[in-house]
Amino acid sequence: MENDVNVDVLVVGAGPAGLAAAVAARKAGCRDVRILERDDAPGGILQQCIHNGFGLHRFKEELTGPEYAQRFIDAVEEEKIPVQCRTMVLDISPDRVVTAMSPEYGIQQFKAKAVVLAMGCRERPRGALMIPGTRPAGVYTAGTAQRLVNMEGLMPGKRVVILGSGDIGLIMARRMTFEGAKVLACVEIMPYSSGLKRNIVQCLDDYGIPLLLNHTVVDIQGRERVEGVTVAKVDEKRQPVPGSEIHYDCDTLLLSVGLLPENELSKTAGVKLSPVTSGAVVDDTMQTSVPGVFACGNVLHVHDLVDFVSQESEEAGRAAWAYASGSSKTAESYTAVLDGFGVRGCVPQKIGKTGADDKVAVSFRPGGVFRDAEWRIRDGENVLFKRKGRILTPGESIHVELPRKLFAESESVTVEVVQEGVSK
Amino acid sequence: MTCIGCPMGCQLDVTKEADGTITVKGAGCGRGVIYGKQEAVAPQRMVTALMPVKGRSRPLSVKTATAVPKEKIGDVLAAIAAKCADAPVKIGDVLIADVCGTGVSIVATSNAR
Amino acid sequence: MAIQDVIIVGAGVVGCSIARSLSRYKLDVLVLEAGEDVASGASKANSAIVHAGFDAEPGSNKAKYNVAGNAIFEETCRELHVPFIRNTSLVVAFAEEELPNLRKLLDRGIQNGVPDLRIIGQEELRALEPNVSDEAIAALVAPTGGICCPYDLTFRTAENAAANGVAFRFDQRVEKVEKTDGGWALVTQTGERFEARAVVNAAGCGSAMLNNQVSATKYTIQPRRGEYVMLDKSEKGCFKATMFQCPGPMGKGVLVSPTVDGTIIVGPTSEDIDSAEATETTAFGLDKMRRLSTRIWKKIPFRSAITTFSGIRAHEPSKHDFVLGEAADAPGFFNALGVESPGLTSAPAIGRDMAKWVAEKLGAEAKAASEISDDVSLWPRIREATPEQLAGLVKKDAAFGRVICRCETVSEAEIRASIRCRVGAKSIDGVKRRTRAGMGRCQGGFCSPRVIEILSQELGIPPEAVTKCGGNSRLCVGKLFDSENLSEGK
Repeated sequence: MENDVNVDVLVVGAGPAGLAAAVAARKAGCRDVRILERDDAPGGILQQCIHNGFGLHRFKEELTGPEYAQRFIDAVEEEKIPVQCRTMVLDISPDRVVTAMSPEYGIQQFKAKAVVLAMGCRERPRGALMIPGTRPAGVYTAGTAQRLVNMEGLMPGKRVVILGSGDIGLIMARRMTFEGAKVLACVEIMPYSSGLKRNIVQCLDDYGIPLLLNHTVVDIQGRERVEGVTVAKVDEKRQPVPGSEIHYDCDTLLLSVGLLPENELSKTAGVKLSPVTSGAVVDDTMQTSVPGVFACGNVLHVHDLVDFVSQESEEAGRAAWAYASGSSKTAESYTAVLDGFGVRGCVPQKIGKTGADDKVAVSFRPGGVFRDAEWRIRDGENVLFKRKGRILTPGESIHVELPRKLFAESESVTVEVVQEGVSK
Repeated sequence: MTCIGCPMGCQLDVTKEADGTITVKGAGCGRGVIYGKQEAVAPQRMVTALMPVKGRSRPLSVKTATAVPKEKIGDVLAAIAAKCADAPVKIGDVLIADVCGTGVSIVATSNAR
Repeated sequence: MAIQDVIIVGAGVVGCSIARSLSRYKLDVLVLEAGEDVASGASKANSAIVHAGFDAEPGSNKAKYNVAGNAIFEETCRELHVPFIRNTSLVVAFAEEELPNLRKLLDRGIQNGVPDLRIIGQEELRALEPNVSDEAIAALVAPTGGICCPYDLTFRTAENAAANGVAFRFDQRVEKVEKTDGGWALVTQTGERFEARAVVNAAGCGSAMLNNQVSATKYTIQPRRGEYVMLDKSEKGCFKATMFQCPGPMGKGVLVSPTVDGTIIVGPTSEDIDSAEATETTAFGLDKMRRLSTRIWKKIPFRSAITTFSGIRAHEPSKHDFVLGEAADAPGFFNALGVESPGLTSAPAIGRDMAKWVAEKLGAEAKAASEISDDVSLWPRIREATPEQLAGLVKKDAAFGRVICRCETVSEAEIRASIRCRVGAKSIDGVKRRTRAGMGRCQGGFCSPRVIEILSQELGIPPEAVTKCGGNSRLCVGKLFDSENLSEGK
């Protein structure tokens, strides 16, 4: 094809993950790295996250989303890394030929020595929950509403019920209130919120918005525009309790019911996915099951804090360059990292017994709320590492850096939560 | 009040003694005591919001440079909405110098060309 | 307004098929539609199955038009450039006591003239469809069964009708029918009055109400709701054929079928309801659908659900059949009434015959072949193009290179074309049904703000006036800031 391009490291996505990976690859010595981005400008979803709270770990200061993104955009510009926007990747082959399309260049084929997947995630829509009711205008995922308000200057509605207490939903409760809407309730099917405590206090409590735990939306009314929703209590099996229905007159229902890594392209490349994280299965260098293809950010697993996205993506960027330059020392054997009781989605799923770094980062999400608990890593009965936590919740994933040699003797290790009174 | 220091969400019981000292009960750690005192005496919040930009429909994201008294949030929002920024604007540009007598300025958090 | 030769009430698949067939005659034809778009009733929400014809009572209109419609479906779809796949229908039996019913269907099908029917045993069934539940013991095979895209079919049919001179008016709900000297007058909810020499009543759930104003033969329409779930195309390949359940003590069951777009459709339930507007889904219905579908597919992955919806069928309870043709006591008033399943399959054949009857009545001459346009406003779809074709498209129009809907790979150029064509989209749903933008797994989460922007530009309306499906279905209630104040500068 006329538009064939050879490239050392090709990064798919110019959100926080892709930007950090590209800069890290460059700093490691890669002269030929480029980023493809489907949107009009780099920055990804951070551009619409105008609230503060980003960057405390990374920069030791509280930034808004656009400010956090800009630091990485500036770094990319400083390093003169080309970012090709308005470019949609259509296909990635297992031998790393990336087919992309854009209004400017038409169809291009990039033959990459290494590829970094950084496509991010999408929101679960109403249909995935199978909420009964009519299908009027006024039902939005929280992120879509956030885009309409913060990017387009449009007001999606005036009387709002929010289903799901994920952070985007909580943030949108406050945003909509600031823009003059009345937020009637935030409804959460679980007995706990998956959002940060700070957001519950500062986005709901501050404005008198009730958080209804163990509740869900059981009906949506209105033919053309939403006219109301019915909320009901749920039992231990998360089934609605008859007779507990509460009706809300509202014109908008926002959904903040989970994020899913967008791995359709990863599948075309033949990347093996984890059913737990819905992202790629990776080793400690973020390399997927396809050699030379790396993954990082929310396409790998959904993060709570962008700071950890940046950290993980830098590892992926460095490793991608090491692979592309032929300098990577692939481990000869690996230690499998398994989810045990109370633990969901350990990343990486395997750790090289040898590797360039002496330390490896491990993260996971608690599978429930555990108070005064301990989480530990064990090989059989042999406990390799343990740490106490006053509280572990699904809303706050655990990130830890550990010495590689800790795992060196084990075929596999299990990460688990131990709590008195809760049996395995 | 609920402590925001960590996911524990300790319920804090804050009382003001006759001599002016403040006691915080229910905090599981020292951070909770500090938070409880601050919230009881002078609760403060960062405000992030949108400001219109002359000649374009897309709004500009802005924030208070530091936290402002919680009871001033409504006034601060009104002041931001009443102002109209002139492009170009760069991150960090001061758009309102002393918003609502708080001594805190409103700064841009994104660029507008 | 001038007196038309023919007014068709209803722009569903039946009304549009009649319009297209009538456009082959030298007649002025107008279609009045209550909704804001074509296919806004049952035609947008059904199983999308092209039935083989073994289900209908022998001798009925349903049987006759099903088999006739099936026979010309492939050709119709080719002319209209819409997808059609003869994927085979299987009717699955799960117990010995269901086998007589299976044989009854076979006999009925043979009587109706359905070709190539046969019954297969468990082994052959499993070889054909490995995902079928272990309890399935036999199946009726109907190789002429197929699948299509009902809104694409309706839309292209309307486009071709419009290319041949048929006019369309939307948001016109016909409420009154009056006899005039030369024919009929129709008054809509807007108060507007339309006159024609002949009227074709293809008003779906509203069809009995119109007929009963002009004829002593009264009908009723019992709205019958069917609820569905659509599964993501990641489940593509689970079944090749449309999997029906053999009618038994559990009722008719629900079907599981691939769609021409690669998704999987599951449903419908069947429930008589009071209102033709009650297109909501219900906890009861969805739960029932889940339960029944597991008979066919034990581990049906509802985690892959991307949307749920319901459709309303216009069931006529006295005849249980399509009422087709001129009302005996109302000359020039033609009915296509009670057209429920297999209405989609029958539509091309109903259109052909109805047009013939109306033309005969009006003494209309057929147009010469050279006067007939085959244009259906086809635009290239980037998801179907090869890389070489894509390169050419983008060179011609850069907007083909801008992907708006990432789940279904739809470009800006396609969305603009779907708005600019003869019977163009006026809403998010209109764009969605013409292009598939927003029909994928994120259900418009990413693309709807962009589609709002494009609709706003193309229609020359502010973004906050863009609707989901016409009427009061505005997507946004206003702007954050008043743009007039902005231009003055505060």
